[in-house]
Amino acid sequence: MNRRSFLATTAIAALASAAGLPALAADPLKVGFIYVGPVGDMGWSYQHDLGRRAIEAEYGDKVVTTFMESVPEGPDAERALTQLALEGNTLIFATSFGYMDAVMNVAAKFPNVKFEHATGYKSADNVATYDAKFFQGRAIQGTIGGRMTKTNKIGYIGSFPIPEVIQGINAAYIHAKKVNPDVEMKVVWAYTWFDPAKEADAAAALIAEGVDVLLQHTDSTAPQAKAQEAGNVITFGQASDMSAFAPMPRVSSTIDNWAPYYIKRVGAMLDGSWKSEATWGGIDTGMVEIGEISSAVPEEVKAEALALKDKIAAGEYHPFTGPLNKQDGSAWLAEGVMAEDGELAGMNFFVEGITAELPK
Amino acid sequence: MMGGIDIIVLIATLMAASTPVLLAATGELVAEKSGVLNLGVEGMMIMGAVGGFAVATATGSPVLGFAAGAVAGALLALLFAVLTQIFLSNQVATGLALTLFGLGLSALIGKGYEGVRPPPTAKLEFGPLADIPVLGPILFSHDWVVYASLVLVALTWAVLKYTRAGLILRAVGESHDAAHALGYRVVAVRFAALAYGGALAGMGGAYLSLVRVPQWTEGMTAGAGWIALAIVVFASWRAERVLIGAYLFGGITALQLQLQAAGYAIPVHLLSMAPYVITIIVLVILSAAHRHGVAAAPAALGRSFHASN
Repeated sequence: MNRRSFLATTAIAALASAAGLPALAADPLKVGFIYVGPVGDMGWSYQHDLGRRAIEAEYGDKVVTTFMESVPEGPDAERALTQLALEGNTLIFATSFGYMDAVMNVAAKFPNVKFEHATGYKSADNVATYDAKFFQGRAIQGTIGGRMTKTNKIGYIGSFPIPEVIQGINAAYIHAKKVNPDVEMKVVWAYTWFDPAKEADAAAALIAEGVDVLLQHTDSTAPQAKAQEAGNVITFGQASDMSAFAPMPRVSSTIDNWAPYYIKRVGAMLDGSWKSEATWGGIDTGMVEIGEISSAVPEEVKAEALALKDKIAAGEYHPFTGPLNKQDGSAWLAEGVMAEDGELAGMNFFVEGITAELPK
Repeated sequence: MMGGIDIIVLIATLMAASTPVLLAATGELVAEKSGVLNLGVEGMMIMGAVGGFAVATATGSPVLGFAAGAVAGALLALLFAVLTQIFLSNQVATGLALTLFGLGLSALIGKGYEGVRPPPTAKLEFGPLADIPVLGPILFSHDWVVYASLVLVALTWAVLKYTRAGLILRAVGESHDAAHALGYRVVAVRFAALAYGGALAGMGGAYLSLVRVPQWTEGMTAGAGWIALAIVVFASWRAERVLIGAYLFGGITALQLQLQAAGYAIPVHLLSMAPYVITIIVLVILSAAHRHGVAAAPAALGRSFHASN
């Protein structure tokens, strides 16, 4: 639903309440979603919508779900969230980092409505946060990229310089460097989550710079299409499998699987046990999945990547394990020390070796 | 190479990146020269993007896709023409409505095309010419639409400047009453100019969805239509300057991404706003230059015409 159909629903809702329609005794639980891109982005928002559909499949007529797509981060998000709350949704998922302040404002106005905010760090009694350790997937991508690059240049299309994205760049770089000491990381900030033309231009600029491994932290498949055009560039599916581009350029992917979490949280609403929590799932809980590694990857590299995945899943290895220094050379993690979750959640620096400058 | 930026790659990239806006701006120039302000460029572009994409994937032919994009843009422009030239509706309001309508309708039509890949648009083969140093990659490495857009700009310039048809078009745009008194069919001329503008905008949109991105996504023009409108003013309604404006704009956009990729620590926000700032500066200089002389805009721009007046 977008703002146009949104007005229509508002009008209908207003009419219905004016007519004094009685509320049914066994009302289904109403669950609302706002997405930052269109459901058809085949990436981030698409995966959240798969989670929404999983809720419907799991609970049938005990729930009614509503979604609004392409809701910009900012004041519009506040309007959309207010609208969902007014429509009687008692559990609302806000699925982008930039909705954070809007969620906090609206949650304060509707204390009886529960909110779930993806990838944010602010919470309240009725605001839970949930996030996935995407950097675990980036560590595997970095390993594959470091092994496969011929130009020793890895490109990264960043969305916004926020902790979630910075973790990804650092994790990819650390693991590429581990298997290939000559590797260099080039970063372009697109300042958007979803703008296919801009993402395509950013990909083209990186490819022109000699990059032959392209990582993206934006939501459309446009960079994949550009890499395919270039021919000798490999990419990784972002948020969704993007398997339409396999086996080349897409050689693997990080898939965000929100369905188990969404089903669990809606279940908690239904049995009244919902509490504000902060969830950070990874490969171990299935929130982060690694898409099939395609035939374009040499067997030994594939085996190395899968071994790394298993070690991360088993909790034997943390992608941010010392010794690691910050970009300016100052010490960050001592030998054998693993980064703590709280520290990662506020990550605002590049690690040593990345030459690109982090925008302030 | 200059400071880590490959100038040749930059120029080759900016030519491709500027093509959608160049086409749309050239079309809008003709419409405005006939005295009609069509603010619906964005809507016509996105209809061209979805129409071209749908036909190209259905037929497997990018050429048919571009033709369909042009037809889709022209149809929307004709709707605008009927409303503003026959029913004499306000051009500004109708143009804005056309943009909103185009964005909504294209999203509806495009639902089934998300995640689909279009057939590739072939690059022209120039054989040994493409191997010439410097000039080869800049001039002989593009797809046919880039060359077609340059030919269309040249044709538009020549027709407006040297032909009787161009003279009539300009007369209609300067004073529709005088043109009418001389026996020219003002409304018919404007219909033709608008349809041409719509067709070029539609082609520009199709270039976005078929070549530059290449895929369909809702709202993918992302403001390119408004930039095309600004470029027409920037160019003070001259075809040759539209080319400069479009390439300048595309160039700065491509440059800011390349500077980042090359590792320059220039504030990204500054670079992102550079094209807009430059457009505003040029507009200020232009209006200052025209303070004592005639304005560059067609005199009848945006005014409704009815034979009874």
